[in-house]
Amino acid sequence: MNVIWAVIMAVSIVFAAANGRFDAVTKAMFDGTKAAVEVSLYLAGIITLWLGVTKIIEDSGLIHKISHFFAPLFRRLFRNIPPDHPSITSITLNCLANFFGLGNAATPLGLKAMKELQSLNTEGETASFEIMLFIVLNTASIQLIPFTVIGILAQNGSANPSAIVLPTIITSVISAVFAVGTLFAVRRLMR
Amino acid sequence: MNKLALISGISQAVIPVFFLFVIIYGITKKVRVYDSFVSGAKDGLGIIMKIFPYLVAIFIAVKSFQASGAFDAVKSVFSSISSHFMIPPEVFSMAVIKPLSGSASIGVFTDIVKTSGPDSQASMISAVIMGSVETTFYVLAVYLGSVGIKKTKHLVPVCIFADIVGITLAIVTVKWLLF
Repeated sequence: MNVIWAVIMAVSIVFAAANGRFDAVTKAMFDGTKAAVEVSLYLAGIITLWLGVTKIIEDSGLIHKISHFFAPLFRRLFRNIPPDHPSITSITLNCLANFFGLGNAATPLGLKAMKELQSLNTEGETASFEIMLFIVLNTASIQLIPFTVIGILAQNGSANPSAIVLPTIITSVISAVFAVGTLFAVRRLMR
Repeated sequence: MNKLALISGISQAVIPVFFLFVIIYGITKKVRVYDSFVSGAKDGLGIIMKIFPYLVAIFIAVKSFQASGAFDAVKSVFSSISSHFMIPPEVFSMAVIKPLSGSASIGVFTDIVKTSGPDSQASMISAVIMGSVETTFYVLAVYLGSVGIKKTKHLVPVCIFADIVGITLAIVTVKWLLF
């Protein structure tokens, strides 16, 4: 992330110099900080909401039901997480939210899952295998129906906006399998 | 479209119905649901405080990249390559912007649909990229930032690899299934 961030910033400022757009870039940076404030205010509310709801799930024991149901899948992927650990519930709910395209539920649940995965991480500031796996599953974005995209296509008069559903599912499933496979392959190579 | 409306209706009902279920289940298990909710919710602002600096860093980078003309330059380099492979050049703006920013990619996507037509190959491929490639750098910054992880080993390269696979597959599946 250090390299990527530095490169994007440096390239932007060099291009600004070359195009004589220093004023635009200065304005863009301030716009960026404003966008960050807006997004975090927006997230603050829904994160709080989901943390409250998941606490009820934990306290009522519903967590055990959910984790039992998904255990066969997650036990294979996340082998080092003890059964019934709260992170399994957050991971499951985050994956379901992603799957149903509930973007504003997915991030709060994902952040909760990160917190719980980090509590199992013995390496401190280094990402554990489980954390990497969880983030890779998230960035693969497996989604049943991409509503926003279909909405934009339909609004602009597409003849068959839902035609993209099948290619989207094929694409995201294969790239998720690739990403998870790479992660496991690298771990094997490093041993 | 009716089937789509039905599915969209179900998806809108998922969250409220889920909340209702959780609350009723909690009450039957004799959980003090209100107290329980509040005690879980109190950690919300702490998480936001932790991710806020990361959000600022990501947003100023994305906004400056677009405003400086660097994004246009990258686009024009890619579009000269893409014409050799019969790939609509617009696809590459999508490929560059989607991993960086969700809201910017919606803007770029809408623009592609408007300029090249909703049923064009460019729009269809961009739509599949929109649905199947995540805002990778945003997720990385926010998720890792929220727990203070600084050493990511090979995580970032794997995520970029997955994005490249996703973008390539989007082009292939659309050309194969829809055209």
